[in-house]
Amino acid sequence: MIETRPDPDQLLASLKAEEARARRGKLRIFFGASAGVGKTYSMLEAARGVRASGGDIAIGYIEPHGRVETERLLEGLEQLPTVAVHYRGTTRREFNLDAGLRRRPAILVVDELAHSNLIEGDPPPRHAKRWQDIEELLDQGVNVWTTVNVQHIESLNDLVAQITGVRQLETIPDRIFDEADEIELIDLPPEDLIARLKAGKVYVPEQAATAIERFFRKSNLIALRELALRRVADRVDAAARASALSDRTSRAWMARDRVLVAIGPDEQAEQVVRAGKRIADGFDALWTVIYVETPKLLSLSTAERNRRIDLLRLAESLGAETVTLDGPSAAQALLEYARTRKATRLVVGAPKRRGWRGWLCRSTTYELVGRARGFDVIAIGAPDEERTAEQTAEVSRPEVAVPVHWNRYAWALTTSAIATVIAFAMFPYFELANIVMAYVLASTIAAVRFGRGPAVVAAVMNVIAFDFCFVPPRFTFSVADAQYIVTFTVMLIVAVTIANLMASVRQQTRVAGARERRTASLYAMSRELAATRGVSSMARVAVRHVTEVFDCKAVVLLPDDKGRLHHPNEAPVTRSFTSADLSIAQWVMDHGKRAGLGSDTLPAAPALYVPLSNERQRLGVLAVLPENRRRILLPEQRHLLETFAGQLGLAMERAQLAEAAETSRVAAETESLRNTLLASISHDLRTPLAVIAGAGSTLAQRGRELDEASRNILARSIETKAQEMSDVVSNVLDLMRFESGQIVLRREWETLDDLVGAALARTEERMRRHAVDIGLPSDLPPLHVDATLIVQVLVNLLDNIAKYTPSQTRVYISAQLQGAFIRVTVEDDGPGLPPTERDRLFEKFQRGEDESAVVGAGLGLAICRTIVRAHGGEIVADDRPGGGARFQFTLPIEEPTS
Amino acid sequence: MTQAMHRILVIEDDPAIRGVVRVLLAAEQYRVIEAATSARALIEARSHRPDLLLVDLGLPDGDGIKVIQSVREWSLVPILVLSARAMEAQKVAALDAGADDYVTKPFSAPELLARVRAALRRNARTAEQTPVLQFGEIRVDLGRREAKSPGAEVHLTPLEYRVLESLARHAGMIVTAQQLIREVWGPDRADDTRNLRVCLKNLRQKLEPDPARPQHIVTETGLGYRLRVGEF
Repeated sequence: MIETRPDPDQLLASLKAEEARARRGKLRIFFGASAGVGKTYSMLEAARGVRASGGDIAIGYIEPHGRVETERLLEGLEQLPTVAVHYRGTTRREFNLDAGLRRRPAILVVDELAHSNLIEGDPPPRHAKRWQDIEELLDQGVNVWTTVNVQHIESLNDLVAQITGVRQLETIPDRIFDEADEIELIDLPPEDLIARLKAGKVYVPEQAATAIERFFRKSNLIALRELALRRVADRVDAAARASALSDRTSRAWMARDRVLVAIGPDEQAEQVVRAGKRIADGFDALWTVIYVETPKLLSLSTAERNRRIDLLRLAESLGAETVTLDGPSAAQALLEYARTRKATRLVVGAPKRRGWRGWLCRSTTYELVGRARGFDVIAIGAPDEERTAEQTAEVSRPEVAVPVHWNRYAWALTTSAIATVIAFAMFPYFELANIVMAYVLASTIAAVRFGRGPAVVAAVMNVIAFDFCFVPPRFTFSVADAQYIVTFTVMLIVAVTIANLMASVRQQTRVAGARERRTASLYAMSRELAATRGVSSMARVAVRHVTEVFDCKAVVLLPDDKGRLHHPNEAPVTRSFTSADLSIAQWVMDHGKRAGLGSDTLPAAPALYVPLSNERQRLGVLAVLPENRRRILLPEQRHLLETFAGQLGLAMERAQLAEAAETSRVAAETESLRNTLLASISHDLRTPLAVIAGAGSTLAQRGRELDEASRNILARSIETKAQEMSDVVSNVLDLMRFESGQIVLRREWETLDDLVGAALARTEERMRRHAVDIGLPSDLPPLHVDATLIVQVLVNLLDNIAKYTPSQTRVYISAQLQGAFIRVTVEDDGPGLPPTERDRLFEKFQRGEDESAVVGAGLGLAICRTIVRAHGGEIVADDRPGGGARFQFTLPIEEPTS
Repeated sequence: MTQAMHRILVIEDDPAIRGVVRVLLAAEQYRVIEAATSARALIEARSHRPDLLLVDLGLPDGDGIKVIQSVREWSLVPILVLSARAMEAQKVAALDAGADDYVTKPFSAPELLARVRAALRRNARTAEQTPVLQFGEIRVDLGRREAKSPGAEVHLTPLEYRVLESLARHAGMIVTAQQLIREVWGPDRADDTRNLRVCLKNLRQKLEPDPARPQHIVTETGLGYRLRVGEF
């Protein structure tokens, strides 16, 4: 498939990669075909060169092989402290990652890229492998020089093992090698190397002393050298291609190949995965490793299932995507997948069945080859028996404990017996051809209901019973007519075929059921998350679902403002994981990679830590402590867990966005509030101010000329207008204090009588021309309220009446118990509320009449509502039956606690 | 006029308000001494021995409450707080520090003068130990522990009587709820305001002509109670 324009995703990916590379430290690898070619020596010489020209270079770690030449080269170079690790009574010096990160030289030299850290040592290392240490250094922007041999490269691992017969246990992912910025091949002709070896210049580890002779055979060294040269050549090739790729405008674009690698539970699978990697690399293709879970494979032993987990992890570490498919037949599922993913190549293991079995049961490989359309099938030959004998010997067949359901066999035999009884009943009236139908029916029922074993037993019993009871000569096992053999055979085949079909259907149902449960559990969490507000509540919801689905303890750790993770404050939910290691979690948070159990970092930890993040930010860490370790190690379980984490991350991001939107909404509202307030205040303050200023200046200048009565009028107007202004200002201040959250309720036990009395006392002057009727029941319980504020509510309501009703209006204050509330009613028989905008009366700056001369800034009722709501009540306004306005508010009654 | 001899120390940093207060008080024949800072206020208080202090809480060189506390260390002189409309907590703090009453700014002239008169009268009464108190139609004889309305004797429970007595001792002044509880129920019941509320409700039923609108036993919301004798 040829595309003529760049794939935007790919462009973006390459842009991002460039960006990341710019910040990342550079990795330079001194690469050799085998030990003894002088990698460390060359590296140290180069380091001295840098040092001599004034460069900032430091030695993080050099294997102390006790070689004099090496020691001499180290002189004059800055060496960072190493760390002493205790392990089973011995002490080893190891590279000190933290020292390296603290020192941060321009270049840090760390020998032996493939080294494995002592995961069970004390103190435990941060990472299992040295390449991970180096990755972290690179991530932090430190340039690193290191050394590695060709046999340590993961995808070449078994090739080297096949060549030399020695399997290398310490490997590095190909990605590390491929992504290195500079590879320096240290090449030494095999003859020279053997000479050096004989001269004792090559360090030989004691444990490998026996293997070493085999290893350093000349033929081996030539092969290894060739392998190393080819690997470097591949890299150069890939670099050339990459630069062509970045020449974006001029080139037509090849769609990338996709290589599918199908593996089964057999021993060959590992080899197939590595071969797949090489093929994918060769075509510069994306590759996917597929494991098909067929009904047959579900009954595998634990050891074999574990191997599948290891295989898929190996594939992931080699850079593959891994997929587990379910289906009745492996070939069918693979073909389907290959078609949907538009695969170009399918890599499978070569068929292993030889002779008549291979011919009879067509293997998956043959089937794939036969039905492949639009892609090539590449079969990987099995390794020589001789070479793998050692390995296969280790794999002892574990005992497969299949529970035997004896009662099913009993039931199967019962169907045979019943069939026989029916057949006897039929015998006088029916031909044998029809009697046999009773048995066929019985076989079918047994096959459908009781499984394969019982079905076969029933079929055999049916044949025997039919033969013995009915086939002439009757009551003997001899058969007169040979054509009954056909009847027997067909009966058996029918029974076994149906039983097999049924077993297959049941397995399919089981697999589909498991998949459905996974989907359902994910859906359940997503749905609940969608209905949840706030990040911490979401965390609790997620923890509940994760603990249920994965049978584990879990916790979501959220960062504070400074990005430090903390355990949640609130009470833990059931199965909360309360002892999560915050230092691991913090590492996960800072690096955005998972760590702990089953991951690349700190795999010895008891729990798994998964980052919750999106492209822009890291939101927290999900820590999971499984009850059953194996379960979390299954790739599909881990994928599912990561999907859960992804869902939670999305939901949390949504919550954060909502919070941000809310904040900006509040800000906008505050802004508009401020504007309205300014407009309102300027009106309500300027009007009385004008009167005061006018009256004041008149008194000051013309006081003597005015008569006593006029002076009095002026003085009075100053007094009343000043009082009005004072009211406006205190209302504004009150509301501002409420809005800014400064007001804290100072609740005490109060009687309503007292509060009403106080309110009336404060409004005495203003209410002089109104008649007030008070009807408070004497048995009202005391209220636990802030007296000042409730009095303020009553005062504002009474003020409102004083302002908007004519004199001689009657005011009624009453109260009644209403469930858990006291309802207070303040009503009047005045003109009533304006018909429109009744609901908006309690909004800020609303007044019944817009252009009224009555001063009040429209804040009084807004304050009332704020206060009543703060107390847990509600306030409403409506028409009083019989005319007038009615304001009612409720206050909750609390039980005294003393 | 006996008032002519009363000296009032006005402690207030705002010259405009100080001016208004001076004019007001001088018109009523009081002698006015002024101080703009708390340091000055303490000097004036010691040298002039005023009969009443009017203290503003917000002073440039310190809190008015400090002034109240220092004065209270050596004098029982009535102290009136002049405070801007502030939170109850500050008023309570001032009252706890030893102030006798407060007037909220902005205040009206009659209100301020009435408070001043009440404070001075209380001081005089303390000196004379007047045991009889008349408010409205009720006459309370503190010495004989009895209260009478024109018709008959008003029966008060011992608790009610002690609350009334407490209020009467500070007649015209504010008495905080805490203070009342402390004096009547004892210091260990300090947060039990419910009994106090019930007791006052009963007192009003017995002594007030219209208990729903008390004229004599007045609630100072959020602060306490005041027994209003005469004009205030």
